[in-house]
Amino acid sequence: MSIKLEHLNYIYSQGTAYEKKALKDICLEIPHGEFVGIIGHTGSGKSTLIQHLNGLIRAASGELYYNGENIYQEGYSMKELRGEVGLVFQYPEHQLFEIDVMTDVCFGPKNQGLSREECQDRALEALRLVGLKEKYYKVSPFELSGGQKRRVAIAGVLAMRPKVLVLDEPTAGLDPRGRDDILDQIAYLHKESDLTVILVSHSMEDIARYADRLIVMNKGTVMYNDTPKKVFEHYRELEAVGLAAPQVTYIMHDLAGRGLKVRTDVTTVSEAADEIMRVVSQYK
Amino acid sequence: MIRDITIGQYYPAKSIVHRLDPRVKLVSTLLYLISLFLFKSISGYLIATIFLIAVIRVSRVPFSFIVRGLKPVIMLLMITVLFNLFLTRSGDVLFHAWIFTITEGGLVTAVYMAVRLVYLIIGSSLMTFTTTPNELTDGIEALLYPLNKVRVPVHEVAMMMSIALRFIPILLEETDKIMKAQIARGADFESGNMIQRAKSMIPILVPLFVSAFRRANDLAMAMEARCYRGGEGRTKMKPLRYKGRDRMAYLTMAAYVAMVVVIGRNVPLHVWIF
Repeated sequence: MSIKLEHLNYIYSQGTAYEKKALKDICLEIPHGEFVGIIGHTGSGKSTLIQHLNGLIRAASGELYYNGENIYQEGYSMKELRGEVGLVFQYPEHQLFEIDVMTDVCFGPKNQGLSREECQDRALEALRLVGLKEKYYKVSPFELSGGQKRRVAIAGVLAMRPKVLVLDEPTAGLDPRGRDDILDQIAYLHKESDLTVILVSHSMEDIARYADRLIVMNKGTVMYNDTPKKVFEHYRELEAVGLAAPQVTYIMHDLAGRGLKVRTDVTTVSEAADEIMRVVSQYK
Repeated sequence: MIRDITIGQYYPAKSIVHRLDPRVKLVSTLLYLISLFLFKSISGYLIATIFLIAVIRVSRVPFSFIVRGLKPVIMLLMITVLFNLFLTRSGDVLFHAWIFTITEGGLVTAVYMAVRLVYLIIGSSLMTFTTTPNELTDGIEALLYPLNKVRVPVHEVAMMMSIALRFIPILLEETDKIMKAQIARGADFESGNMIQRAKSMIPILVPLFVSAFRRANDLAMAMEARCYRGGEGRTKMKPLRYKGRDRMAYLTMAAYVAMVVVIGRNVPLHVWIF
């Protein structure tokens, strides 16, 4: 159970004056049940990469295996793949269209050919998972607030019961509260239902808090592919490509530079607090 | 998938045609289109062809790129040609089978019509390949300026045009994104009969309309925030000014039109029935 990319290349507008190589020789393996973060500068190829994962765009060359099967081989059912690998686009609330929330969330399961009752069951389950209040189920999606719309859109993908959930900046434009709610919910799903999660984000803090592994993209190539702790050790190189390590990394490096013997590989605020307390208490 | 439409799209290249004043290109294109209907003999077609090829070469837009722009109109072209071919009855009968009759006159009209249409399309798309939409609307605004005197809101029309043009790529991209998002939710746009396929467009159209209105609202707000209040008293950052090359272009164009009219009408050149 995994996704495996072998020497994947992709070129935008091939054969025109606007030709641009978006992905160059990408080799990756994402095992089942992992929480993977993808980070990179604007235009580094993150969004292009994730659209390959459910076959929305086809690589110019290279192979992509889902559970050991080559998705580019003849007769492979893309429709089934899209039910297995759920993709939540950036600003997914812009894809809502139905007359009410419930019907909109049913759209995915309906396309999978499920019965009316089953669609309803799955939609209810998905809406509960994203934490939308029941009084909104029969409201037009266009009447909801931004954060609520986003929840509905994510529920629309969850209702298909994917085994892999890919999210492209699911928290862009949300307030800190809405951001934490949605990320916590995704982390909960990851733990409870053994969901593989691939999270594209601009926020190093978010990735550090949730991801088991971090992939750093730069100019269409994979720059780093390791645990967040290991990747953030290269914070100088990250800066060189327009990214940054979490703020706590900088604080810890600063403290260490001023003679306080703290570990510098902590990545979250609570870890940093514990580490500083540990060192400070030794001085007493 | 949607990005492949080339009609009305700018092709960036460094050429003298690209640098010409948009007014020159607009007027020249119009003159060229009219010139195609001012002659009736092969000699005229030869001159029009040579002129077109010369301009294409000078513009440095690849020929394959121009041909690709013809694809969307092939159907229209075929229909026009077929109607002319079978419905024009004049001269000797060349071919007859069941209800189909091709006469000499029909063949001549059909071929001339096809050539003219193709040249019309290539001529006008050459203008859009070498002129950015912004330059184009600037040129139109400048050329139509005299109409202000008879109370035609020239500036407003030009502004509407440039906004509409500006939004084409944005809306195409948006459509692409929405389509992908719905495909990711298992939507199917290809199979089924006519009605089912029309219905399957709803998940694209509704979000597209919502987003178009949202963008229009935002744009109006942003323009008002920057004190936009119509064309009166508004100056331009890059006012249009004719340069030496523009005068040369006008002269070349005048020479071409004169040649095509004089030679095309007076020098007979006959091949078979044409």
